[in-house]
Amino acid sequence: MTAVAKRPAPAAAAKERAGTLTGTGTMIRFVLRRDRVRLPVWVLSISGFLVGMTSTLPDLYPTAADRQLRADLMANPAGRALTGPGYGLEDYTFGAMIAHEMLGFTAVFVALMGIFLVARHTRAEEELGRAELLRAGPLGVHALLVAALVVVGGATLLVGALVAVGLASLGIETVDWGGSLLFGAALASVGLVFVAGAALTAQVSEHARTASGLAGAALAAVFTLRAAGDLGDGTLSWLSPIGWAQATRAYVDGRWWPLLLSLGLAVGLAAGALALNGRRDLAAGLVRPRPGPAEGGRLLGSAAGLAVRLHRASLVWWAVGLALFGATYGFFVGEAERFIEESPVIEDIFVVEGAAVIDGFLGMILSLLAMTCAIQAAIAVQRLRSEEVAGRAEPVLATPVSRAVWAASHLGVGVAGSALLLVVAALSFGVSAAVALEDAGVVARVVSAVLGYLPAVWVVAALALAVFGVAPQATAWVWALPAHAALIQSFGGLVGAPRWAYWPSPFHHLPLLPAEPFALLPVLLVTGAAAALAAAGFAALARRDIQSGA
Amino acid sequence: MPAAIVTADLVKSYGRVRALDGLDLEVATGEVHGFLGPNGAGKTTAIRVLLGLLRADSGRVELLGGDPWSDAVALHRRLAYVPGDVELWPNLTGGEAIDLFARLRGGLDRARVRDLCERFHLDPTKKGRTYSKGNRQKVALISALASDVELLILDEPTAGLDPLMEAVFQECIREDRAAGRTVLLSSHILAQVEVLADRISIIRKGRIVESGTLEEMRHLTRTTIIAETASSPAGLADLAGVHHVEARDGRVHLQVDARHLDGTVRHLAGLGVRSLVAHPPTLEELLLRHYGDEITPDGDAPAAGPGGT
Repeated sequence: MTAVAKRPAPAAAAKERAGTLTGTGTMIRFVLRRDRVRLPVWVLSISGFLVGMTSTLPDLYPTAADRQLRADLMANPAGRALTGPGYGLEDYTFGAMIAHEMLGFTAVFVALMGIFLVARHTRAEEELGRAELLRAGPLGVHALLVAALVVVGGATLLVGALVAVGLASLGIETVDWGGSLLFGAALASVGLVFVAGAALTAQVSEHARTASGLAGAALAAVFTLRAAGDLGDGTLSWLSPIGWAQATRAYVDGRWWPLLLSLGLAVGLAAGALALNGRRDLAAGLVRPRPGPAEGGRLLGSAAGLAVRLHRASLVWWAVGLALFGATYGFFVGEAERFIEESPVIEDIFVVEGAAVIDGFLGMILSLLAMTCAIQAAIAVQRLRSEEVAGRAEPVLATPVSRAVWAASHLGVGVAGSALLLVVAALSFGVSAAVALEDAGVVARVVSAVLGYLPAVWVVAALALAVFGVAPQATAWVWALPAHAALIQSFGGLVGAPRWAYWPSPFHHLPLLPAEPFALLPVLLVTGAAAALAAAGFAALARRDIQSGA
Repeated sequence: MPAAIVTADLVKSYGRVRALDGLDLEVATGEVHGFLGPNGAGKTTAIRVLLGLLRADSGRVELLGGDPWSDAVALHRRLAYVPGDVELWPNLTGGEAIDLFARLRGGLDRARVRDLCERFHLDPTKKGRTYSKGNRQKVALISALASDVELLILDEPTAGLDPLMEAVFQECIREDRAAGRTVLLSSHILAQVEVLADRISIIRKGRIVESGTLEEMRHLTRTTIIAETASSPAGLADLAGVHHVEARDGRVHLQVDARHLDGTVRHLAGLGVRSLVAHPPTLEELLLRHYGDEITPDGDAPAAGPGGT
């Protein structure tokens, strides 16, 4: 049998009888065929983003003094927690810069690629019952799992290879071939650990979402261990595959041996996955699903209650994420003032004429937080469309719930939820900024200022409703408005964008609090625009057909 | 008593496709009305218009004395609906979904829900994402049947249920009819409609092609005769009202229009009848007659349904 020639993991494979891998080659081609678009998109967007970002560095930091300034900013505790242990900070070459600031961050995306793709080709296939159809044919028990490991593992190695070649080819001084190969390998090593890890979590639960959720939680834990380790004496970082990747000190005084740890862990996890896979029933998990309540709680008695219930979990996660995001930026505030004044490029982004530098920075961060909350509001309103298309809106609208009430329930969660999130984010930002600046008054200033951005958030939520009413197929694109707002505000000045390019952003029409003084007229006008858009959305929805299963 | 549902010349188009092409449907209050037709005939579109989810391009539609488009909320208090493809929220349990729909309709009879869960063998503690198609349908059915409403609109409600559950479903519908509820039962399970429906409407390409009680329809249509005769049955095909004459395994199969039955039987008698089977048309045959240009019988006479039970 040809299939016996392929051995996934020595420990597990040694005991396998011939035949458990029958059909693996066919399944590898099948996985490649299914993901012939998805795989290249993942691989090229990660490697392209990393190489593209690196190529802009020489323009952003032309001199060694510019780079050293950046190194000083990164050397503070918040900087270390975000990035890594900081090898080479004392002589911050471009190589040291990408190894310090980009390796850990990009490794997270490579790991996510591995998690999503492995879950998709293993547990999701079983959950949807398609694996049953395949396994009923002459297919070995491990064929599906090994095919997923081979293809997704291969994609991970390809990312590493493309990054190594891409970085080395940029011709930036200090970004040499030796360092780039080590950087690419370190990046891929994190990916391989999570490819194997996702194969293991896919054995645990009956559901693909739980499988990728468990692996994602492991990724968060691994990142947190690294962050905690780099804040302290670095011991905890040695418990994290991301820490191992950074311990290679690529471009500084590179060493390969930490990658043996990742490789060993990946092989161990894959062997564990294969052992469990050979032992359990098809479609069964190690953990039996827990039963839920047999009766609906108090929330499940009205359209509004249903909307709250559907968005509740996601709101909690957004709140946690935004609180962390806000707190991180708060710690930077102390350093920001000096950093901004000393770097002319950065100064263009942050400084508002006639205002204190610190207020300009606060305003920028607050409006960015508001734009992030606006994305959440848009997503909440977009839920109307996914409910409609999935056919879940139809039975609700066949009860005495009017379309207006149904739409208002999700719009309400979007509007109220984003306001809540914005306050949480601003509070967390304000508290950590107050600690950094040793000025308790910052908290109140920040929280009251952030409320001034709410009308722009409402515009985004109302636009989502208007598009849902008028051109429902386009509903999924509404996030482009807050994304545009964030991009034009962050980089518009840098690239010299024309005035009209700012106009679509509702945030642009509001005062940049607290740097600019509060003004009532723009707030009223932007609020009015939100009301008009919402009214248009309700009116159009009342007139059109409900498109179940469209 | 006024009719529960009346549509007249109802038209609904999607681009160039006419999903409803002059639909005239009438459902009397208190009856179980079978709404039969193949996939794509317009059953679901008609139901969505009746629910006010779609707006008809033209024609008249009246549901429980109101306009389903403009009076949707008030009318929906008085009806319950089971879609053909039930989709549930993946992270809500079946019990939570049942309670939600019942409460949205304005009342929850806990004892009745519990009773129905037992009868349909549904475990209400499982999450929506773990239910099979049949179990998702049970969730919608239980919620609808537990509601105190005048009208049930059921779109192929038992497509995913096994025969035992089908029997429970039929029992529930009989109870509901006895309680005075009106039921619009869309289906392509002919046996189910034959058993349950007081009246039947057959829809084809967006139009009602036949409507009435099963008896009335049988009266209009052909009787199937299978006979073994002593002398050659040649010449039968030339008789008035005789169709589809075929000799197979020494027997002759034919279909006879109701008003020519007498003459045909006399002719057969003259040939010396050795064995004779005659049965009224089953719904399969009624449908085949109307969709004969789309569904080609594979040479066999359509299988006799459980007619008469």
